[in-house]
Amino acid sequence: MNLTAIDWIIMVLYFVFVLGIGVALKRFMKTSTDFFLAGRSIPAWICGLAFISANLGAQEVIGMAASGAKYGIATSHFYWIGAIPAMVFVGLFMMPFYYGSRARSVPEYLRLRFDEKTRGLNAISFATMTVFSSGISMYAMAKLIQTLHVFDAPFQALGLPMSAIFHVSIVLSALIVLAYIFLGGLTSAIYNEVLQFFLIVAGFLPLVYLGLKNVGGWSGLKQQLPTAFTHSWQGMSSAHTNPLGVEWFGLVMGLGFVLSFGYWCTDFLVVQRAMAADSMSAARRTPLIAALPKMVFPFLVILPGLIAIALPTPAKMSMNAGTQVVVEQQAGQGIIPAKIDEATGLPKLDQNGKPVLDYDLAIPQMLLHYFPTGILGLGLTALLASFMSGMAGNVTAFNTVWTYDIYHAYINKNASDEHYLWMGRMATVFGIALSVAAAYAATRFNNIMDFLQLVFAFVNAPLFATFLLGMFWKRTTGHGAFTGLLSGTLAAALHHGLTLPQGAVVGIKGGWITAVKFYPSEMAQNFWTAIWAWSVCFVVTILVSLVTKPREDKELVGLVYSLTEKPSEGHLPWYQRPAWLGIVVIALALALNIIFW
Amino acid sequence: MGMDIRLPIGLMFAVFGLLLIGFGILSDKSIYERSLGLNINLGWGIVLLVFGLVMLALGRPRAGAATQGKDERNEKVAPACETSTRSEA
Repeated sequence: MNLTAIDWIIMVLYFVFVLGIGVALKRFMKTSTDFFLAGRSIPAWICGLAFISANLGAQEVIGMAASGAKYGIATSHFYWIGAIPAMVFVGLFMMPFYYGSRARSVPEYLRLRFDEKTRGLNAISFATMTVFSSGISMYAMAKLIQTLHVFDAPFQALGLPMSAIFHVSIVLSALIVLAYIFLGGLTSAIYNEVLQFFLIVAGFLPLVYLGLKNVGGWSGLKQQLPTAFTHSWQGMSSAHTNPLGVEWFGLVMGLGFVLSFGYWCTDFLVVQRAMAADSMSAARRTPLIAALPKMVFPFLVILPGLIAIALPTPAKMSMNAGTQVVVEQQAGQGIIPAKIDEATGLPKLDQNGKPVLDYDLAIPQMLLHYFPTGILGLGLTALLASFMSGMAGNVTAFNTVWTYDIYHAYINKNASDEHYLWMGRMATVFGIALSVAAAYAATRFNNIMDFLQLVFAFVNAPLFATFLLGMFWKRTTGHGAFTGLLSGTLAAALHHGLTLPQGAVVGIKGGWITAVKFYPSEMAQNFWTAIWAWSVCFVVTILVSLVTKPREDKELVGLVYSLTEKPSEGHLPWYQRPAWLGIVVIALALALNIIFW
Repeated sequence: MGMDIRLPIGLMFAVFGLLLIGFGILSDKSIYERSLGLNINLGWGIVLLVFGLVMLALGRPRAGAATQGKDERNEKVAPACETSTRSEA
């Protein structure tokens, strides 16, 4: 990679701003509420942008472009089906309980609504998960910096060994995230997420513009790609006629309902952003405002993947540094190179003898392909920003859940507010230290990471059933919720053990009990695992609740739909009323689905 | 809380815009081969500068309210919003 002074100036300036925000906010961090909840004082539009930006981690920018290159525009289902409806639902129907109950975290809501054990289960699994996600984000970033040779030139100039690039990348990113959260808490994380949001748009919009101009716009792209790549719903009637390998029911129920609602409606990482809002109506508007940019994000992150695969494969690498990559270029498709076997230096091949493409390089390759020095620095900074916002989101969620739901609940119940503020800062430090450890674990034991992510998927899948019943059926009991969650997780594990995607090897991909059912794709298997987990949790929670003693109505005011006064928004202009915003958002999402049918 | 986020955003993008504009004017035109012959640094730099200036204009401290005064005002406004929400509820 050929970076010049201008690229470095942009990158360094960005980090100066990031840290500057942390420093500027330090003096406002006086109580634990300031630190963990941003003093509940953030306007809706800022919370809304932070809401999507916290989710806009590496998985999104790198992963969605990769899926775009692999599956085509059908990847947009992860947005238009797999995010928008859930975002509208959490804003309109669930935020009144999260915000109105004055709970400081999602696990704390579970304690208010159910009992201590349900909260404990959720808090501990969530805290573990955030640490690992942040570690994986860190690992992916360091790996990418290494692959793209970003730091090669300065390392050479300073006479440092190339092998240190990976470690320096990890330590540097950890220190930056640590510094700004330690100083400014959630406010700092939210402000930086907004900054990152605009930076990501600023970095990728010109990329999409140049790419589309080059391939002749959307119609030009259509001509150069198979039909299935430019239609999101055609062929969804059967799993065998679309690139995702999922039929519409599995897609809508598994992704659109269970997984999407489970994430957007219960994951404290995103809900925390809305809880920081300055009023109930701002909290309800947060996910709705977030839904508007979320809806058009496919054009920013999926289109580059499509363009990358449609471009002619160059015979020679356009990169100057690292001459060894010329061979892999010829084995790629579009400008996406094949994966290289590190032992032999030759492209990796699948069972059919075709090279395995390294789809994760779609976005980086696009940046290198179209961006001259100058704007390249901007694009690269945007990419790094996306990694950091994903990390920071996890860290702020971790320090809050650790301090309020684990430390305060089980370790030290009666300390002063200053002590909890101090604990929050300490939690930030050791949360990041644990993430670094997780990042190194990922380099050594790739399988362990896959395994952990699988376990988290099992734990998360049933969550939404618990929240749905808890918020909308006052009869639901704590015992019901707890047993429901456990049996849902168990059901997910069993389903995974009994099924296998076609052509996969028994083990981490499933079938470890005995494979009785085969799915056409891994995605289909994932969606159905989620559907089973959710259904089992739903049924078990109802059954157990019916035979256990419910709580009295008066204890559940503000926690359950039927016992809570509906928030009135009559004094607001229509465009600020959550219900109207929700309708607008749904209508726009429908229109997009129809346009790209 | 405390600081209007539009100010740092505006400042950062205005600076990025100026940098890209300056570099776009001075840089050798041959580097724009990969960006389809467009001077993308100059063009996008102008867009970023405009965006940055708009953000700065929106976030500027209102006349008569110094930074310190503005902090206090913000703190008072937030609870006031909530009470009005409740009273009309």
